[in-house]
Amino acid sequence: MDELSSALAEVVGAREVVELARLSGGASRETFRFLADGRPLILQRQRGGDIRDMGVEADVVRAAFAAGVPVPELVASSNQPSAVGSAFMVLTAVEGETIARKILRDDEFRTAREVLPAQFGRALAQLHTIDPATVPGLAPQDQVRMYRQLLDTSGEPHPTFELAFRWLEEHQPPPCPPTLVHGDFRLGNVMVGADGLRAVLDWELAHIGDPMEDLGWLCVKAWRFGSPKPVAGVGEYAQLIEAYEEASGLTVDPEVVRWWEVLGTLKWGIMCIGQANAHVSGVARSHELAAIGRRVCENEHDLFLALEERW
Amino acid sequence: MNPHDMPSAEQLVEAVREWLERDVMTSTSGRLQFHARVAVNVLAMVERELQVGPTQAAVHRDRLEQLGCADERDLARRIRDGELDDRLPEVRELVWATVKDKLTVANPKYLD
Repeated sequence: MDELSSALAEVVGAREVVELARLSGGASRETFRFLADGRPLILQRQRGGDIRDMGVEADVVRAAFAAGVPVPELVASSNQPSAVGSAFMVLTAVEGETIARKILRDDEFRTAREVLPAQFGRALAQLHTIDPATVPGLAPQDQVRMYRQLLDTSGEPHPTFELAFRWLEEHQPPPCPPTLVHGDFRLGNVMVGADGLRAVLDWELAHIGDPMEDLGWLCVKAWRFGSPKPVAGVGEYAQLIEAYEEASGLTVDPEVVRWWEVLGTLKWGIMCIGQANAHVSGVARSHELAAIGRRVCENEHDLFLALEERW
Repeated sequence: MNPHDMPSAEQLVEAVREWLERDVMTSTSGRLQFHARVAVNVLAMVERELQVGPTQAAVHRDRLEQLGCADERDLARRIRDGELDDRLPEVRELVWATVKDKLTVANPKYLD
């Protein structure tokens, strides 16, 4: 940690780095917090083996900051191996809470819950104004094709998912201008304070696509964390859509949002298969991952509920 | 007919689950307690599957037969290839019923 502290001091141009502490460590990246000459900063560093290019993510965060999206400010970044890590970003620390269940249940966030739906709509409208051409390396994604392939690779048969794929193909929304989408905009990936949205985090899944993807994903049942309210567990569809329309000047077709919500539910189901497969294949032996395989039927049930009377 | 002595598989799993709930959950905290809770849930799921699994398997076989499919994989392929397009409402009804059976074992609270 001493070595990392001095490497960080050099990277951010500080005399002194203290209180370096690891916040979390996932399979592909680690997050640390530290004080650089008294300024609270966050380090995200990639482990070797992660195929994603953190340089692209850094460019996206910088572009989002410039577009006025509430995001941490990028202080330093590199995608070259160094004493700090195989690739890293240093960002300003934003205070608040990311844990969905706390945001949805704790009294402290009562006011935040009221303002979040509209704030989410405005933040999404803002981030969708970023010119994708300013972020080289961002790739367009055909999400239906991508998850079709993931399901096929898993080798697991799921009649419900086949029905959902058929519905998605038959109700494909009209094409739209290429837009930078966040790709994982939901509770858990936003910093929330007592006053509401403070920062949009976790931009590693950003890509070029349909802006309605972000709105639909935010409404997927898994991201309501047990709350009856459809938008991130805090609001109604109309609140999100009205705020988005007002800030963007665009007209939102709620059926297109629902299409993306259905695809999002299907995506999360396929991701659950992947997590269980990580255990079964021996990549990461864990009864927790194994149990996730039996949550796939929750997504299947959600798909039937979402498509009831829409087939 | 299985040749094993009592306790049954279901009772053995139940015994381990009760131990986790009674002794492990109460003397752990944080991540270890969370993982113990996950283990309790997994064992409860296995108990439910041991209870209703054979009946569900028979019902599932009947549903597949009604649709003229050999197994789940065959059903998935035939939906994908459009071979069941002339009876989709029936297909959806039967597939949803199977999903509800899976939830009855995996997480019955989800059906509420």
